[in-house]
Amino acid sequence: MSKNDKPISDFKNSFEEIESALESTNFRSRAWGSLKADKVAFASVAVVIFLILVAIFAPFFAPKDPLFQYIDGLSDVGAPQGLGRHFLLGADQSGRDVLSRLIYGARVSLTVGIVATALASFIGVMIGAVSGYLGGWVESFLMRLTDIVLAFPILLFCIALIAVTGPSTKNVVLVIAFAYWTYLARIIRSQVLSLKEREFVIAARSLGLTTPQIIRRHIIPHLIPTIIVYSTLGVATSILIEASLSFLGIGVPLPQASWGEMISEGQKYFQTAPWLLVAPGVTMIIAVLAFNLMGDWLTDLFDTSAMGVKR
Amino acid sequence: MSRWLIRRTAQMFAVVWGVMTLAFILAFIVPGDPARMVAGPNASPEAVANIRHELGLDQSLLTQYTHFIERLMHGNLGISFALQNQTVGSAIWRALPFTAALAIGGVLWEVVLGIPFGIISAYRPKSIFDRFSTFSALFGLSTPPFWLGLMLLYFLAFKLSIFPLNGVGHPLIWYLILPSFTLGVGGAAFYSRIVRTTVLNVLQSPFIEFAQLKGMPASLILRRHVIRHALMPIVTMIGMDLGYFLGGVLITESIFGIPGIGQLAFKSISTLDVPMITGTVLVASVFMVLMNFIVDVLYTFIDPRVRLQRNN
Repeated sequence: MSKNDKPISDFKNSFEEIESALESTNFRSRAWGSLKADKVAFASVAVVIFLILVAIFAPFFAPKDPLFQYIDGLSDVGAPQGLGRHFLLGADQSGRDVLSRLIYGARVSLTVGIVATALASFIGVMIGAVSGYLGGWVESFLMRLTDIVLAFPILLFCIALIAVTGPSTKNVVLVIAFAYWTYLARIIRSQVLSLKEREFVIAARSLGLTTPQIIRRHIIPHLIPTIIVYSTLGVATSILIEASLSFLGIGVPLPQASWGEMISEGQKYFQTAPWLLVAPGVTMIIAVLAFNLMGDWLTDLFDTSAMGVKR
Repeated sequence: MSRWLIRRTAQMFAVVWGVMTLAFILAFIVPGDPARMVAGPNASPEAVANIRHELGLDQSLLTQYTHFIERLMHGNLGISFALQNQTVGSAIWRALPFTAALAIGGVLWEVVLGIPFGIISAYRPKSIFDRFSTFSALFGLSTPPFWLGLMLLYFLAFKLSIFPLNGVGHPLIWYLILPSFTLGVGGAAFYSRIVRTTVLNVLQSPFIEFAQLKGMPASLILRRHVIRHALMPIVTMIGMDLGYFLGGVLITESIFGIPGIGQLAFKSISTLDVPMITGTVLVASVFMVLMNFIVDVLYTFIDPRVRLQRNN
């Protein structure tokens, strides 16, 4: 029997098989494949996973108590001990172990980074999707609001707010989310503008679905790649903002260790104890670099540029 | 075109008005009694009440709001609580040259480093230079600016004594090299990546092939076609960065001890100097809005496609 004699139903079956096979393995295998091929991406994902594990299991990883002021952490004249067997990355000005503080600092920095970005993404996606989909005066109003917040010197505003409410981890998270959502709202809006002209949205509308249903079921699922990419990059940005706030003395309250606070404290002693500045700085660069590179990899993986998103 | 310009101008004023309102609200969030602050701690209750009346703080919120907007319309930012007998305007005016010099320096670094790196990388993709430039760009984007500033201070100013340690002096440019580099390095990294992508796209477009086929020399193609396209996205970013920097760059200013607008604002927050807070916040936002507007208008001159769109 030649190929042409095959009944049509056979073709149909095999077609369906291929399609379902593609659907189940496609994304996961593609992700895994590109990770195996791209060493830089692999390293970045590994570092991110490692950092998250370190943050979760900080008590397990940390060799010492991050808050305890060890007497042998200071020399006889009261200067912090340098790098050595006892204190792997040295001790700080109060005799606390720098490595343990870095490990516990990962908890603070990552928590702030991830929670703030999640909050910002939620606000940004809602405002961007609603204004893009509805258009008209709703869009004008929401986008002008975004412009105002964008034009406002957020950092100063945040400093004023924190000066009033007092520094706390919660405030830092809120402040970062308030600064970052505008960015996402604009990107999401421009995507929704083109999405809403697509056939499936028009079909959903003609079937009588309500606007919230369409946004939830048909618009937002298409935005997920964009949201994932920009959230990954957002975590990197948030870690940097948190560090800036801590540097100005209005970040996560003492004595909790955060990387920015360690740099801020370290700068007072860095002429005699440069590791107090180098250790948290290098840790931060590695963390932020990893999140940035992972964001780049995700961009390529989802091919968001083909969807009309410009970085 | 003129209709577009009118609409765009109206939009700008709407945003400025929104920012003013936000600043007005901000003044109410900050705690403390302004009348008490002006009168001083030893003033009698009558004196405080007098001052409250003078400042118009006993009037309704709506009246205060209209007065506030009216005052701003006349360019009057009020009198500082903390700095005796000084208007907010004059304090900002004194800080502005430092911030402006720093801002221009920062943008210069961004342009001088970002654009050539981006263009050369795009002309030689995957070359050693391209790898080096991509790598440094990633570092530039991932390094906390204040940490970089401190490192530069430690090595170049403290250890090697090439640059002054901090503050400002004569000649100013000498004191601004490290701060402006700290300020510009992140942007430079970002610019180089954007320029690289844009140039790569341009080099693959048909009009470049056409120019090559008709025998145009490569240097002329670069000057006439490539750079022009590569600069378009950059113009927006330069405008926004300049607007942002002019509003005061608190962290850079505080590391290097530059008495600019950022430091002024930070100090005013710690002393709860409400008029100064609203003043600096307003000046910063107006710079941002104004630069956005200028960029938008500039586009009509740079890009004929945009001009055509706006004419219709």
